[in-house]
Amino acid sequence: MPSPRDLRRRIKSVKNTSQITKAMQMVAASKMRKAQQGALAGRPYAALMNTVLAEVTANVGDFKHPLLEKHNTGKRAVILISTDRGLCGALNSNLMREAARLDKETTLFICAGRKGSQFVARTKRPLVAEFTYKDPPQFGEARAIAKFVQDLFTKGEVDRVDVLFTRFISTLNQKMELRPLLPVGELLAVEAGMNGDRKGAALERTGVEYLFEPSADGVLGTLLPHYVNYLVFQMLLEARASEHSARMVAMKNATDNAAQLIKDLTIEYNKMRQATITKELLEIASAQMATA
Amino acid sequence: MSTTFKLEIVTPEAVAYSEQVDMVVLPGTEGELGVLAGHEPLMTTIVPGELRITKDGEETAMAVGPGFAEITGEAVRILADMALRADEIDEAAAVEARQRAEQALAQKLSEEQVATVEASLQKALAQIEVKRRHRGQSSAHGQHSHQK
Repeated sequence: MPSPRDLRRRIKSVKNTSQITKAMQMVAASKMRKAQQGALAGRPYAALMNTVLAEVTANVGDFKHPLLEKHNTGKRAVILISTDRGLCGALNSNLMREAARLDKETTLFICAGRKGSQFVARTKRPLVAEFTYKDPPQFGEARAIAKFVQDLFTKGEVDRVDVLFTRFISTLNQKMELRPLLPVGELLAVEAGMNGDRKGAALERTGVEYLFEPSADGVLGTLLPHYVNYLVFQMLLEARASEHSARMVAMKNATDNAAQLIKDLTIEYNKMRQATITKELLEIASAQMATA
Repeated sequence: MSTTFKLEIVTPEAVAYSEQVDMVVLPGTEGELGVLAGHEPLMTTIVPGELRITKDGEETAMAVGPGFAEITGEAVRILADMALRADEIDEAAAVEARQRAEQALAQKLSEEQVATVEASLQKALAQIEVKRRHRGQSSAHGQHSHQK
């Protein structure tokens, strides 16, 4: 049985904690709004680029590009986009659980975000590169990551590159996803399958021959790397939006729990105080009766 | 066959334009390129410059950044780094951006940085050019486009 003084102390410490979580919730909420806007605003661009590329690559005929080629080395690379800081609910543990499922021997990890690289180092998986991304993410950072994996891919060191990140769905819902990034053909097929018939139809249509200005090599040669860069950027945006949303919700829950805890503890404390007073009164009364 | 086609201009920040139009003139890599409905399927890269849209006899000018354009008979889709209407351009900001870029170019930079700075310089120049050319008529267009 705790003493009233212990209870008082406990209430105070819970209050302090709740002040911190409340402050973190506020910070996350304001960052969240900006990050969500960024992620949502970028989606039409990514979707349109996807449609355009799907149509064009399906209709270009004989065209070869290093990013479209298939390799056969039995190795794959995964870009793991995690957060730098904790206290954001199950976001990182979901990512790590999925990462742990990948084959230890044949998977190379490229990490963006400190939590991911800590995990990879701790579980002694091959970590080939570590990147950081700011808040909000900069396009240059995405380009650095994309360039690194493109080099890795074109040198033939890996068969494929996937990205493990958290897609932002809503403030209360973020979904961990493993998306193919390279070779580009595979990525397009996945996107087409996912996003309904407009793109699915585009992949099949082969009647139209596109003209290219200045040339097919010139246009696709710039479009393909740009596409990969931009996709990585969009994924960073999504990951940031998810992070802030998850943190906001986690901190809101913590604050709510703290409030409930304070309430319960205060009731218990008051009961105890009341009991002491009643006991003292009884003692006084009985002492009076004894002397009367 | 219809004489209008769908024009979509999308930037990483927003969908900048999405309407049925009569004609569009793009700043292509190989020079200006006018597109009417029923154009042959064409894929091209575009350079920073002026893009002119004709819709119901009215002409709107936009400054666009580097990007890509996909042209089919019934639609033109443009992916650009930037797309601003003449009246949305902040000329002072663009001039300042140009100066900053020019100063940055005067210093020693890595190849990657030079490419980035040059890209922003091009964008600033395109904005300034469009703004200057359309200063006279920008107020009328401004009201028109803000009502959307």
